[in-house]
Amino acid sequence: MNARNKRLPEGGRIDRSHSIEFSFDGKGLAGYRGDTLASALLANGVTLVGRSFKYHRPRGILSAGPEEPNALVTLGTGGRREPNLPATMLELGDGMAAESQNRWPSLAFDVQSANGLFAPFLSAGFYYKTFMGPTRRSWKIYEHFIRRAAGLGRAGTEPDPDRYEVRHAFADVAIIGAGPAGLSAARAAAAAGARVVLIEQDFLLGGQLLAEQSDGVAASWLGQVEAELESFETVTLMKRTSAFGIYDGNVIGLIEQRNQDRPPYSGQARQIVTMLRARSVVFATGAIERPMVFPNNDLPGVMLASAARIYLNRFAVLPGRKVIVATTNDGAWRTAFDLAEAGAEVTISDRRTTIPPALAVEATRLGVAVRTATRILDLRGGHCVKRATLKGPDGRFEAACDLVCVSGGWSPTVHLASHLGVKPRYREDIGGFVPGAFPANQFGAGAMMGLHATADANEDGHRAGIEAASFCGKSAPVPAPSKLDLGETVTTPFREVPCAQGGKAFVDFQMDVTTKDIELAHREGYESIEHLKRYTTLGMGTDQGKTSNFPGLSAMAALRGATIPETGTTTFRPPFTPVAIGALAGRATGHHFKPFRRTPMHDWHLANGAEMLDVGLWMRPWFYRRSGADVNEAYVAEMRHVRQAAGLMDISTLGKIDVQGPDAATFLDRIYANGFAKLKVGRARYGVMLRDDGIVFDDGTTTRLAESRFFMTTSTARAADVLSRLEFLLDTAWPELRVSVSSVSDEWAAMSIAGPEARAILAAAFPSLDVSNEALPHMGSYEGEWRGRALRILRLSYSGERAYEIYVGATAGEQLWSCLLEAGGPLELKPYGIEALGALRVEKGHVAGPEIDGRTTLDDLGLGRMVGKRSGFVGDVLRRRPALLAHDRQRLVGLECMEDGKRLRGGSVLFRPGEKATGHGWGRVTSVTFSPERDRYIGLALLAGDLATEGSEVVAVYPMKAETVRARVVSPIFLDPQGERLRG
Amino acid sequence: MLRFECPCCGPRDHDEFRYGGDASVRRPAHDDPDPEAWYAYVYIRKNPAGLHREFWQHVTGCRQWLVVERDTRNHVISSVAFARTSQA
Repeated sequence: MNARNKRLPEGGRIDRSHSIEFSFDGKGLAGYRGDTLASALLANGVTLVGRSFKYHRPRGILSAGPEEPNALVTLGTGGRREPNLPATMLELGDGMAAESQNRWPSLAFDVQSANGLFAPFLSAGFYYKTFMGPTRRSWKIYEHFIRRAAGLGRAGTEPDPDRYEVRHAFADVAIIGAGPAGLSAARAAAAAGARVVLIEQDFLLGGQLLAEQSDGVAASWLGQVEAELESFETVTLMKRTSAFGIYDGNVIGLIEQRNQDRPPYSGQARQIVTMLRARSVVFATGAIERPMVFPNNDLPGVMLASAARIYLNRFAVLPGRKVIVATTNDGAWRTAFDLAEAGAEVTISDRRTTIPPALAVEATRLGVAVRTATRILDLRGGHCVKRATLKGPDGRFEAACDLVCVSGGWSPTVHLASHLGVKPRYREDIGGFVPGAFPANQFGAGAMMGLHATADANEDGHRAGIEAASFCGKSAPVPAPSKLDLGETVTTPFREVPCAQGGKAFVDFQMDVTTKDIELAHREGYESIEHLKRYTTLGMGTDQGKTSNFPGLSAMAALRGATIPETGTTTFRPPFTPVAIGALAGRATGHHFKPFRRTPMHDWHLANGAEMLDVGLWMRPWFYRRSGADVNEAYVAEMRHVRQAAGLMDISTLGKIDVQGPDAATFLDRIYANGFAKLKVGRARYGVMLRDDGIVFDDGTTTRLAESRFFMTTSTARAADVLSRLEFLLDTAWPELRVSVSSVSDEWAAMSIAGPEARAILAAAFPSLDVSNEALPHMGSYEGEWRGRALRILRLSYSGERAYEIYVGATAGEQLWSCLLEAGGPLELKPYGIEALGALRVEKGHVAGPEIDGRTTLDDLGLGRMVGKRSGFVGDVLRRRPALLAHDRQRLVGLECMEDGKRLRGGSVLFRPGEKATGHGWGRVTSVTFSPERDRYIGLALLAGDLATEGSEVVAVYPMKAETVRARVVSPIFLDPQGERLRG
Repeated sequence: MLRFECPCCGPRDHDEFRYGGDASVRRPAHDDPDPEAWYAYVYIRKNPAGLHREFWQHVTGCRQWLVVERDTRNHVISSVAFARTSQA
């Protein structure tokens, strides 16, 4: 056994038959199954594990749990690289390769630890003052420097190849924490008949019981209860699982570590997020020990007393041979006794003057030196603590040491219990915060309620388990709990006030916040605990201040001369422990980020060279590669073809709503701004809907199929909103109307033939159909069958050409599409995409999404004349508000580019010629296209004032590309203003 | 993570619902010409700390609009009813 090996020859809950190879900063080391990375490092004599956030001070392992502020490591490489993992929570796995963080060039030799250079920049409030004050500009100089110097680990930038899952689960009783209280609660709730989920962040059950000797009474009690729990079919044990948040309705967010030690390509999820909905919750989250605050209290070799005991008894690691145990309470004495029994030379330095006699007797028996009314003034050492200066009743003295165990008391782990707004309340007798009044479906038990003795926690858990089960209506008789008494003494602890004389005394180890920072915050008026937090970054690290919260507020309370309750505590928010974004996303990444909606002709588009575009959830053909080399070339070619021959467009994405009932016409008359009651059966009409506030909501066409049956189409984007709105009005406003609406969007495949040859193609495709202008005029309709499927043809035009919308049962969509192309082949029917569709409608001056943008009125869009003198429709009254009728509002105009070879761009801001191009200008370009008709770029714009008269000249400025182009205001209808093309 | 007891579909997660605003405001009759009435209906809200009547639609379920009574302080839902029948 070499000198650095601190593993004891026997004991502990490690499997000595299973040795594990791992590395730390490239150096090969060995541990055992059952180790954490932290315990294995300690066993190998590694005391220096990281550099601090701002000052690059050497840091060691402080704790043995999720509160660890110092021992943060990075695991993995490439896409699997994961930073800021507490070594105390990592179950040692074969081949684990851990790296320390925030050091350069190496952990042992860090050039930035000469931190005197940086210190003046890094005090509390530095960022505030730099950003807000007169020195604002200097930030530019220092930023790069400081960002490199201060920090934690770096995340990977490559995509993570591993799988993550999100699932939902349900329980009667969820119990968070499997220590003495949680185990008892689980046993009692299960015996009462409840379905129980027991959640434990560790890979072993037991909580603080694991700090007891692995062959004592605690261990046998633990073994017995564990076996009992496993015998219940209704109990689910979730180990390696942290509860990170409690949400409304008793939903608990759980993150489970899986396969940490498996080879990376096993294909199984690495982490699983479970949203567990429980009818009642028992918080048995225990307590976290507080460090003590004195100069150089952050040296490696300073460890929480409870953690030292865990390393000794659970992992068979003796972390030091010459130990000072500094404490304010009884608990740490047990650490001193166990260390002494394991062969260490131990001195206890207790702040209190009187000690329970039982402890003093035991100390004498084990040869532990006891110093009462004593505290540590300072520590010295390099990469590990070497000497301590203490002060007792007889004055100062020095002591050599290689381990300093500290206990500044215990903070009940109230974080989770506070997430839903239950305010913690301070208890003077235990010197800590406990949860306030719980709602009826939540219970607390054990140390988190301030019961630190195992026997009390055990009994309290039993009670909470019965109550939680009873809340769910499960009240079967429960056998009495098996007693477990470890004979701890519990007396009111001494309240330690941070000591700040001398060197840096750290309150928050992870964020490098010292007592001086708190003094500065106090001096500058940031006295409120919430201000203190933000000014100094106290508690804002990845550990969420689990060890620093209480010492911080205690220091502020002392400075203010206030009590702890007066000073208060910060608000606890999820997550309790860091959760990787990838785990929350689960499988919803990349292609699976959102669902895709495909039209019935989707496969045809792909097989025929369509470039697809995401439009909301839909995938639509953007353009066809056969039409041109790129989108700009293709859409112009497709446009030309539609105007000259004919094009076929997939319009299945339109919202389609079936409106039926005796009052259907009355209903449509109210929801559309223009009238529908007089629409003849078999005819279609363009309609515009307003919102209640008078702004345009959506447009589309509605066809009267029968006296009391209509077929409505909506824009693709607004389909869901329109349907929901119609249902809202029928359910809440006008329940007396006998109307039913239902979505038939997915029932129909829809396609549109547009162009001069459209009618001839229709005739060829449907030889038995009379397609003459008399039988099927503009705005006319036909209903029939095609190969046994429902067929609906509406003569409607969006492009400005003679056009027919053809609807067929969705499963026959691709068949009809191919059939039309075949029939239309001799007449040059070709498919076109939405880029060309958008361009065609701009040429025709039809408004769409960019113009109907939630800010425009009917008059703004030039649609006011549709309404006439009607009233009583949705939005009618508020559309008459003076501001919406003002004559200086921006209204729809057409723009024509005046400069050859230049283009208009959507989003350009419009100014007067010669005017300085700043601010919002007089309007903006909403839609643009190249117009084959005009042989130049044209656009639609919303433009205010006298500029909006035809013939005016404007300057369109596009600051993103520093482009300026002159344009002329023209009518928004660039093509066929009389509508001769679409009617004949 | 609210959960509604839909009178048609039973207890369902709030992911299945769409919020529809304050249900305590009365919509004027469709042909009410009074701008003040419409202004109050569209814009004036109480924002109470306590019981709130609000509309929710079960969009991925029965598609019914519901009136839900929810305590804004703790999200406790005291009643859920069909909007059609609870309006009068």
